[in-house]
Amino acid sequence: MRVSGINKSFPGVKALDNIDFAVRKGTVHALCGENGAGKSTLMKIINGLYKPDSGQIFIDEKPVEIKNPIQAQSYGIAMIAQELNYVPEMSIEENLFLGRLPVNKLGKIDWKKVRKETVKFLEQEKLPYDPEQKLKTLTVSDIQMLEIIKAISNNADIVIMDEPTSAITNREVEVLFEKIAELKSRGVSIIYISHKMEEVFRIADDITVLRDGTVVETHPASDIDLDTVIALMVGRKMENVYPKEEVPVGDPILEIKDLESRGVFKDINFYAKKGEIVGFAGLMGAGRTETMRAIFGLDPYDGGEIKVHGKPVHIKKVRDSINNKVVMLSEDRRRYGIVPIRSVMENASISSLDKFIYGGRSHPREEKKLVGEYFDKMNVKTPSLETAIQALSGGNQQKVLLAKWMLRDPDVLILDEPTRGIDVGAKFEIYRLMTELVKEGKTVIMVSSELPELIGMCDRIYVMNKGMITGCLNRDEFSQETIMRFATGTEKAEV
Amino acid sequence: MSKGKFKNSKFVEKYSIFIVLLAMFILCAVMNENFLSVNNLTNVARQLSVGTIIAYGEMLLVIAGLIDLSVGSVLALSGVLSIACYQSTGSLVLALVLAVVIGVLCNLVNAVLVTHFDVPAFIATLAMQTMARGAALLYTKGQNLLQLKDFTIFGQGSVGPIPMPIIFMVVITIITWYIMNHTRYGRSLYAIGGNEGAAIASGINVKKNKYITYIINGVFAGIAGVLFMSRVNAGLPNGAVGYEMEGLTATIVGGTSFSGGVGTTMGTLAGAFIIGFLNNIMNLTGVDSYVQQIVKGAIIAFAVVLDIRSKNKKTRKVILVADDTKKEEAK
Repeated sequence: MRVSGINKSFPGVKALDNIDFAVRKGTVHALCGENGAGKSTLMKIINGLYKPDSGQIFIDEKPVEIKNPIQAQSYGIAMIAQELNYVPEMSIEENLFLGRLPVNKLGKIDWKKVRKETVKFLEQEKLPYDPEQKLKTLTVSDIQMLEIIKAISNNADIVIMDEPTSAITNREVEVLFEKIAELKSRGVSIIYISHKMEEVFRIADDITVLRDGTVVETHPASDIDLDTVIALMVGRKMENVYPKEEVPVGDPILEIKDLESRGVFKDINFYAKKGEIVGFAGLMGAGRTETMRAIFGLDPYDGGEIKVHGKPVHIKKVRDSINNKVVMLSEDRRRYGIVPIRSVMENASISSLDKFIYGGRSHPREEKKLVGEYFDKMNVKTPSLETAIQALSGGNQQKVLLAKWMLRDPDVLILDEPTRGIDVGAKFEIYRLMTELVKEGKTVIMVSSELPELIGMCDRIYVMNKGMITGCLNRDEFSQETIMRFATGTEKAEV
Repeated sequence: MSKGKFKNSKFVEKYSIFIVLLAMFILCAVMNENFLSVNNLTNVARQLSVGTIIAYGEMLLVIAGLIDLSVGSVLALSGVLSIACYQSTGSLVLALVLAVVIGVLCNLVNAVLVTHFDVPAFIATLAMQTMARGAALLYTKGQNLLQLKDFTIFGQGSVGPIPMPIIFMVVITIITWYIMNHTRYGRSLYAIGGNEGAAIASGINVKKNKYITYIINGVFAGIAGVLFMSRVNAGLPNGAVGYEMEGLTATIVGGTSFSGGVGTTMGTLAGAFIIGFLNNIMNLTGVDSYVQQIVKGAIIAFAVVLDIRSKNKKTRKVILVADDTKKEEAK
């Protein structure tokens, strides 16, 4: 497949500018670029969701016009979207055949055929599920696998994967990569979009970098290295991906003793000192998020002690934690972070209303001023303070949420997957902010599934497995292999 | 040039409901010479006062992602009990206080069901609708209470030239506006309705705020009950059926989003007046009352379509942002 001279404009924005792009048969072609670089727009054009203003798509050197996703399917193009499209209340077989249930001459659904095909697919992929099982009972990665099965079952020649690993564990990533290799050997071409550079370099045959709607360069993956790709993406040479600085470490600010939540986590003991960046590694479902949620007062805990500044505190609700100057940025921005329809300013000030509403009235001017100051500090890019937060990119949303907590002048910031789903430039800014924070004498706890960023940014890393802390590593002991050994439970240390 | 245009469209977007109201006012004035008379306009305001007070309660609830379908029944219950109280004690103050207490009690039940038992607000208040109506009928044995004497002062009296219901409406409008714009509670409501999970994770006491919302709604319902019964000169246990819809209509037409998180006091007031003017002009020009219903329904649908369209525009992704726009804002 090949596209040539694709242009696409949205009101006020030139999204794609004269794009030439080709995918060789039986290869993985990675598409890199920051958010807003035009990757998604290009993929939506190839999938028939958008109509290009000009330009041509070729398949096997034959010019084609793709008007909608159904047509794209008929040309053998399948897309696995970043946000999986499935109906949680429907069964596996219904989801698998959604929109294309086989019918007989009278229009009656041929359920027998559906069942037979579904069973065949499930067996083929070694997924131990009942075709009647509802999708909501499956793990995200299995749902993703089903999406891929669905794509292949349409006999796709070109599969577009948009951030396929953003919600699955490392082990599941391996399964996905095996699948990709198998697809390749069958002659299927894959367009792979990801912010995770390690993955891109592992599986890509070719890499194309997009920036501001233009193709910057296309290279075979073997001819190019990570730093070059990142530099091409952001348009400047990134000096150091992780702006880690040595900061003097003080007394323990947060101490956790024997924290337990029955059936979720137990024997949680750790501390975080002033000026430290403490990492939490582990596989998905290891209980890291749950532990942090309990410390922050979002979930109850059954036993143990939380000490802030050496004083035992009892955290029953989020307010208690905030009053103790411990705040948390949730991993799930959409569910526990933003209020989508409200303005960026309101989203930033929602936890500090006492600062702007006092003496029986509100003080919008002070609110604007203070929020504006923090937005400048965080480098938030927004058209205005009144813009609805949902209109911003993920990275900017994250910075608004960080500003929200900075307004509370916290001592401890728990950042749960702070860089998930945001582009390289914004990631770097978040790292830089973390460094700033610890320099100001604050403590940062970073939960992350991306080992390179943990290794790059942290002073110490705790590793969790099955609801328990299995190891604690100092900076000189960091390595992906060691962390993975603790994370998978093959090794265990007394902490 | 393009910047000026951008600002204009934002202005129109923000005040669209008031522009519609103004257009409607002018249109009505042109269509019928009686419309502009002080008498007629006072009449319009008096007629829509009960509905507007209810609309404020519904607005608070809908912004928070809740609803009250029981308000018509609660209004009837508090109205008839208030009259009974007046008839036995002779105290207007006590009668008004009792109405408010009844309104609050009913809404406390709503709040408990919604916040502690996780019953969807729609269902919980639907149950209360039936219960409160039953209680009103039980107490009165289905009979209308007559001989209200001085109780009529609430609905029919006036201070100088201004009728009492309008005074109540103005005062409650000011209170609601103050709550929404100058209290932490008001600001928190938008977050709760906009994304409850985020509100909790931001340290907002969601349960407490939901209670407060139902309590305020109860206060408004009690007052509305007194005004309603006093105006119609009787305690009607079967009165005010479907009044929740009047309130919801006004606030939705006024720009409150049914999915929560969006709505303003002035918008709701404008919505109430748009409906009030519409009713009035159709009466003045002698439009058939059945036709009136059809027109009203169409207007509601139209208002919501407009609202959704403008919202879709607002939520379009901002892909590229020039740095200078942000700095300009900071200034």
